[in-house]
Amino acid sequence: MRTRVAAFAIVVIAGLISSDSIRAQLQLGFRRTPGAVYDVDFKGKPSGPAPRRSLSGVWEFANGGAEGIQAMGAMAMPSDGKPEHELPFTPEGREAFVANKPTFGVTQVPSAMTNDPMPGCDPQGFPRIVLHNAHTEQILETSTQVVILYQFNKKWRVIWTDGRALPKDPENPGWALKDVPPPEPRWWGYSVGRWVDDYTFVAESNGFDDRTWLDNAGRPHSNAMRVIETYRRVDADHIDKTLVIDDPKYYTRPWAAFDKLRMRLQSPSLEIPEQECVPSETARYNLLFGDPAAGVDAR
Amino acid sequence: MRNSVVRLVTASVGLLIVSVPVFAHHSAAIFEAGTRVTITGIVTEWFWANPHCLLSLDVKGADGQVVRWVAETQAPPNMIPFGWSRQSFKPGEEVTLTVEPARSGRPVGRLLRAVFPDGRTLVPGGSAGAAATGGTP
Repeated sequence: MRTRVAAFAIVVIAGLISSDSIRAQLQLGFRRTPGAVYDVDFKGKPSGPAPRRSLSGVWEFANGGAEGIQAMGAMAMPSDGKPEHELPFTPEGREAFVANKPTFGVTQVPSAMTNDPMPGCDPQGFPRIVLHNAHTEQILETSTQVVILYQFNKKWRVIWTDGRALPKDPENPGWALKDVPPPEPRWWGYSVGRWVDDYTFVAESNGFDDRTWLDNAGRPHSNAMRVIETYRRVDADHIDKTLVIDDPKYYTRPWAAFDKLRMRLQSPSLEIPEQECVPSETARYNLLFGDPAAGVDAR
Repeated sequence: MRNSVVRLVTASVGLLIVSVPVFAHHSAAIFEAGTRVTITGIVTEWFWANPHCLLSLDVKGADGQVVRWVAETQAPPNMIPFGWSRQSFKPGEEVTLTVEPARSGRPVGRLLRAVFPDGRTLVPGGSAGAAATGGTP
């Protein structure tokens, strides 16, 4: 009986979410970052050939800035109740998912009841920085690193390209370099990358602090997570990005959080806007709006 | 157990029916979807900040009582492309707002449109803007 009730619940919720009206409500519409250009601005104009081994530049979502918001969770696997978007949780992973209380998705709760670490300005970490509230990025390349600068909270991330290996044990990570002390798990993990051909750069990351969430829908990850990113330079103006989560503790198989997500190269003069999570501003926001909107008295 | 599952389902369905996830920070389940309230008042504060900008204004009711309303918009980077700025409102000036009120019954809501006495109008982007212009809320 319990199973039938649960199955009924899933069908009802899936039906609601998949209805046209609800899907229409999920559209955030086209948003243009001031000064940015998008594929819609270049209809019928082909791009030039891709440069060899180059990711440098300022990059924006090719089909509009709203693509990066991902309010309902990872772009390719939104938490919308559709069977094809059900993540392959292990029992431990499902337990962690249910313990998270997001404000979006099939397990959403009112904002006053959430335990999402992000609204309180705890570190968003990687990969959530690209799976929720993602915006314009800048990529810098040095002789030993690919560095990605992110808009939200002005964070950056280093992908080592000097040939070092990933930490062998994610729970006790240490670089395979002489005289470098073993570091602790980190909000942003450890990343190494290499060009597998002249136009395809692959980065792998591990050593994550498991207090971050994967996305805005409360999808969890363990400290055993490995993230695989592929950057495919398809032409002079575009990169297609794919990001795969491989976390055998929480998921029975790897899954793509986004797949061939197209980014468009911007003018090198484009300035990335400032967007900070500020604890004092968040406290005032909750006092003025968050708490009364939820019907609770000020904390 | 069955009752708790039914309660969970009921709560989830209820949330989904009214849910309009226009923000990445919180669900729009907190708002009375489709309800519109028009208020005219005097600006007391324009809070240009993350996670969302807030416009506070004192609204005098028919009974003479003044109620302070707070209307929520989006984060600054999401407002700038639609003509909003830190200087959009000044304390002491009059403005008329169209608001989707919160379900809690408190004088707070989602700002859909702001109109100044000289006719200047500000509308947010995304689905809040669509709601303000008669599209899908």
